[in-house]
Amino acid sequence: MDLIFSAIDILMRWDVALALLAGSVGGVLIGAIPGVGPAVAIAILLPATFSMDPIVGLTVLLGIYGSSMYGGSIPAILINTPGTAVNALTTYDGYPMTARGEPRRALSLAYSASFFGGIFSVICLILFAPVLAKIAPMFGSREIFMAALLGLILVVVAHRGQALIAGTLACFGIFLQTIGLEPVKYTQRYTFGQDFLGGGINLIVVVLGLFAISQAFVLLTDEDEKVRMTRLRGGMFQGLRELARHPRVAGVSATFGVLMGMIPGVGEFTAQFMSYTYAQKTSKRPQDFGNGSSEGLIAAETANNAVPAAAMVPLLALGIPGEALTAMMLSVFYVHNVVPGPGLFQNDMDFVVALYLALLVLNVLVLLFLLFATRSLIQVVRIPNRFLGVCILTLSFVGVYSLRNSATDCVMAAGFGILGYILKRLSLPSVPIILGMVLGGIMEVKLRAGMARVKEPLDFIDRPVAFILFIIIIIVLAVHILRVLKDRKELKEAEWQTNRASTSFGSLMWRRRNSFLKDHGKKVRARHSKLLRRLTDLF
Amino acid sequence: MPSEREHRFVGPRRGQLVFALILVGVALLLLALIGDQTAWVKKTKLFAQPRFWPAVAIGGMVLMGGLHLYKLPWRRVSRYDRWEVKRWGQVFEFAGWFMGYVLLVPIIGYLPVTLVFVPLLSWRMGYRSPFMLWTSAVFAVAVVVLFKALLSVKIPGALIYEYLPGSLRSFFILYL
Repeated sequence: MDLIFSAIDILMRWDVALALLAGSVGGVLIGAIPGVGPAVAIAILLPATFSMDPIVGLTVLLGIYGSSMYGGSIPAILINTPGTAVNALTTYDGYPMTARGEPRRALSLAYSASFFGGIFSVICLILFAPVLAKIAPMFGSREIFMAALLGLILVVVAHRGQALIAGTLACFGIFLQTIGLEPVKYTQRYTFGQDFLGGGINLIVVVLGLFAISQAFVLLTDEDEKVRMTRLRGGMFQGLRELARHPRVAGVSATFGVLMGMIPGVGEFTAQFMSYTYAQKTSKRPQDFGNGSSEGLIAAETANNAVPAAAMVPLLALGIPGEALTAMMLSVFYVHNVVPGPGLFQNDMDFVVALYLALLVLNVLVLLFLLFATRSLIQVVRIPNRFLGVCILTLSFVGVYSLRNSATDCVMAAGFGILGYILKRLSLPSVPIILGMVLGGIMEVKLRAGMARVKEPLDFIDRPVAFILFIIIIIVLAVHILRVLKDRKELKEAEWQTNRASTSFGSLMWRRRNSFLKDHGKKVRARHSKLLRRLTDLF
Repeated sequence: MPSEREHRFVGPRRGQLVFALILVGVALLLLALIGDQTAWVKKTKLFAQPRFWPAVAIGGMVLMGGLHLYKLPWRRVSRYDRWEVKRWGQVFEFAGWFMGYVLLVPIIGYLPVTLVFVPLLSWRMGYRSPFMLWTSAVFAVAVVVLFKALLSVKIPGALIYEYLPGSLRSFFILYL
């Protein structure tokens, strides 16, 4: 209880209240505009938060992260275009509800489900915090290295069908963070004798390029979309009553959100997919899913809103971000010399609880704002795409230039913007680059520190947590390899129109060898040679 | 008609081969330069070598990028790839706009350049109605006031502000 009171004490400041308000309203607005996701907004605002207190800066960023998904459901439901990427599943059931004349019901249900997901996850994590505080100190440098490696592997294998290119891009991210002066032996790495590369490549420059500037380029080179809006009439409170009729779906989806959010590299999409599948399989009306099912909408929205609070767990407890947005927040911690990790949970537990309480308040603020202001808010969807591109490009300048007032940084950001644009055009992921940069840096430091204390490489996993993480890594890799082999088999079957036997040359030779060795094969060959002899005797 | 392998490929066809070739080419070039660009320190363990992590990263890029290239269902650059590369080239124009903006701010000042940049780029994008141009100008002023005057982000005063009279000069340097 003392912990909660001291956390409330941290939050009782006018600048924190202002940050909460700005974060919640700003996040909803950003989420509601298709084409501007939370990643763009956080990347732009990041340098501006450096001059604020850590709690104020993080509250703004966390506010944007947590509330953007609320806003993202508005265009997903009304115009079938997800406001943020994670609202894509909301369009499945949200838009059909609008099409049959129930936009108000869909919106209020989405808000209520999001609110439940947000509150559920924060309460879970506040209750879970003392357990985390006990587990976190068990993580030394070896364990953190293993956890970072696991996070990186999970990010790569999560891109089904693109794991190889995701792995290449993650390695590219690791390479980017090695550029510059190496801090232990003081040698230059890939600086090509250039001074501006001596200090390394700044993470924020890469983030701004890959997320903000590339998005501006995408919007500037795209066509404007014509938007047909649906009118909203009546109050927005009926969703709360309807949500209460589906406590099982909401509870299970929120639990999936919390669990998946805590695992680095997994996040909203997996949580949503699992919740949606669960809701469909256990529903009495599974045929309604995809055609305006209220359960489907609840599953999608509850799961994605339960993730932000949970995603802060690996960041705060271990200093390992599990996705791009938390990776950006890590830099706010570093700027203020607050090092997230086991030490934070031991020494500044009230700070951690204060962050969670801020998220709790934020959810309430967002819900109230949306219940009363949705009708005015939906107008932001009308902002033309290319004009948004102009705005993002203008704002990106503030983000990059205010870092170090360096034109070189801006050139690099523009370069990464072009790279991000190409990746977006090719539907390739840019998140592995960011996580490669962040986790690669952590892995380098922790591996060096960990290996200095062991005699043989196998001693690296002789502690229980390190060993468990090692086993999980092996399982993840084994499952991935099995999945790749299964996909390959399915592809061959589809290509050869047969599923009886493998068509590879090796398998063909193996079957031939077996037929030679088996008794049946010998009989068949004897019969064939007899027939051949009879045939040759004729001539 | 696309083959089964092409059909199952995640993402569009256009540009994939060109991008993979460039990526693997860059990775091979970096690998070739590793001896020159990183150091091997004597009496130091492998994991503490400055060359270790660049080698892991570039090795991973070459290996996985090479496998990605090998697994691509296309072996020839088609006209769709060439059109896609031209499309990538289009963004250099906007990168140029951005760099022009960056280079002019320290000389002419954040507010004046933004006030010209946003309406001009809006004009270029085809928004030529007075309403949109006024909206652009209001947006430009709002951005400068929010970031420089209220949030005090670090954007230095312009060279031409030096020629302004006393109090106006410090006001412009601090807030605009």
